[in-house]
Amino acid sequence: MTKVTLATVWLDGCSGCHMSFLDMDERLLDLMEHAELVYSPLVDLKTFPDMVDVTLVEGAVSSEEDLAKIRKVREHTRILVSLGDCAVTGNVPAMRNLFGVAAITERAYQENVDLHPQVPREVIPALLPHCCPVHEVVNVDVFVPGCPPAADTIFFIVSELVAGRRPDLSGLTRFGA
Amino acid sequence: MAQQIMIDPVTRVEGHAKVSIHLDDNGVVDAAHLHITQFRGFEKLCEGRPFYEMPSLMARVCGICPVSHLVASAKACDAILAVRIPEPAAKLRQIMNLAQIIQSHALSFFHLGSPDLLLGMDSDPAQRNLFGVLQQYPERARDGIRLRQFGQQIIELLGGKRIHPAWIVPGGVNEPLSEERRDQILAATPEALQIVQRTLDWFKRGLDQFREEIQSFANFPSLFMGLVNDSGGLELYDGHIRIVDATGHIVADRLDPTAYQEYIAEAVEPWTYLKYPYYRPVGYPEGIYRVGPLARLNIADHCGTPLADQEWAEFRALQRGAVLSSFYYHYARLVEVLYSIEQIEHLLHAPDILSEHVRASAGPNNAEGIGVSEAPRGTLFHHYKIDAQGLIVWANLIIATGHNNIAMDRGLLQVARHFINGEQISEGALNRVEAVIRAFDPCFSCSTHALGQMPLQVQLLGPNGTLLDEAYRGG
Repeated sequence: MTKVTLATVWLDGCSGCHMSFLDMDERLLDLMEHAELVYSPLVDLKTFPDMVDVTLVEGAVSSEEDLAKIRKVREHTRILVSLGDCAVTGNVPAMRNLFGVAAITERAYQENVDLHPQVPREVIPALLPHCCPVHEVVNVDVFVPGCPPAADTIFFIVSELVAGRRPDLSGLTRFGA
Repeated sequence: MAQQIMIDPVTRVEGHAKVSIHLDDNGVVDAAHLHITQFRGFEKLCEGRPFYEMPSLMARVCGICPVSHLVASAKACDAILAVRIPEPAAKLRQIMNLAQIIQSHALSFFHLGSPDLLLGMDSDPAQRNLFGVLQQYPERARDGIRLRQFGQQIIELLGGKRIHPAWIVPGGVNEPLSEERRDQILAATPEALQIVQRTLDWFKRGLDQFREEIQSFANFPSLFMGLVNDSGGLELYDGHIRIVDATGHIVADRLDPTAYQEYIAEAVEPWTYLKYPYYRPVGYPEGIYRVGPLARLNIADHCGTPLADQEWAEFRALQRGAVLSSFYYHYARLVEVLYSIEQIEHLLHAPDILSEHVRASAGPNNAEGIGVSEAPRGTLFHHYKIDAQGLIVWANLIIATGHNNIAMDRGLLQVARHFINGEQISEGALNRVEAVIRAFDPCFSCSTHALGQMPLQVQLLGPNGTLLDEAYRGG
């Protein structure tokens, strides 16, 4: 039996959703009997595969790099899951939209600085004018709110998706859960 | 013309840190930088929010160490309330903080570091991950999962939730500890103790294989900074700041953590979103200092618990003066886990630990508050100012990982000089460039988020931009 391929991607989030994924603890090992983690910050495998069955995305779309990345991931993913409130709504990273990019970089790199105040621009990707949820830029198939979604919830949805079913999330999680 | 090696997350598809290594005319490495590529702007986006929301909001800086941000933020809010929180509440916060040290160190050591340590720096990158360890050393991988679970379960038992619990609040904690839950934690400690003791045992026995890494992984003189308690012992929740130099001599002691701006300053460089803190009296970049487990064991006179004290003495005997190689961060993490388990047991036996009095209430009485604690990766500072309505008007955060920024750059330089020669890049050299960063266990999610194995694409370009060599792995 070929295993279902699974990927996890991390955009602008706190890693809490990935930590909640790890909070499946020993169930993670059971899950890996049926699924193969082919791409993730947690493993050291090659480039994003041609086609992945299920990709979990944590985080909002915040920088030019995030945008390019999620477009590419969508192209190579069958079922894309927005995992957690940042992916689903923009949540905390999108709070910056009230102020704008110039104001947040001014505070961090001009005001709260003792030496060489300047906004870093070399090598690193520029922030998008507007931080947004994943489905604002690509199609999303499954939405899993929560900050972060509990390990039990993640175990349930991944198990369902691995078994070829669409998970019914009603009553399982909520925003801020 | 000089050349540049760019270590870039796989064609910008994954990974949020990059490394650049600059070669001079003779092909010799002369500079290296870590580029942190994520920035969220918490210091501004919190503006206009009520101060009492800060612990919950600031926990979202990091899902790996949310409890650290809860603690530092709540302490800053305690200062705004102008209260001294009830002693049982302080103990309960400490227990959660220690539980987080355990889970975070377990993540760093087992999930991220152990593939290098057990499978080898030059092993097949396709297998060099936790699941590869599981196949070859199933007991070790399970130990890692169980140890992390131990810490996470304590956080859940105290706060109702493993990640971002809303339990540590301004004035204390919002629910006392029940006898039943205390006993549940106590029942789990013997297994955790056994895990960390057998892990220390195999790690120490295997150190000889890593002589070259020990010698070259950010192994240089620097200052070390962190909190110590009144008796000079290891302290993770409160206390005062101590700074020691490479010979182990105390440079500054009993510094008030809330006066951090007098001795810590921050510089910006154009190539990274992570600022470079430095020791103000010495200046930039000579005022390089390190924080975190290695620094804490270097500055402390003892740990304060029996088993950890023995391990601490053995650790400090590695070198006269301070222990300088950043490879030993891994070792220091295990000693701190041992300490944390012992200390949790100790605190749970305190006569007032089940007290109902766990929160002081007050309105905002100070316009400014500063909270400082030790996060898994080092000293964490939260500093807020509020208006008359208690709304945040300004904030400054110094994240633990940031303190090590100068040292991480220098560590990269040292490793690159040691392992990258001329125009060929070996996979093993690439992995060591990552591994030196991994030794610091930078919480990139606090600034970016390249958890574990950063996917790398390295191009070595000749003077006219021609591709001399290319190496690729990860992600």
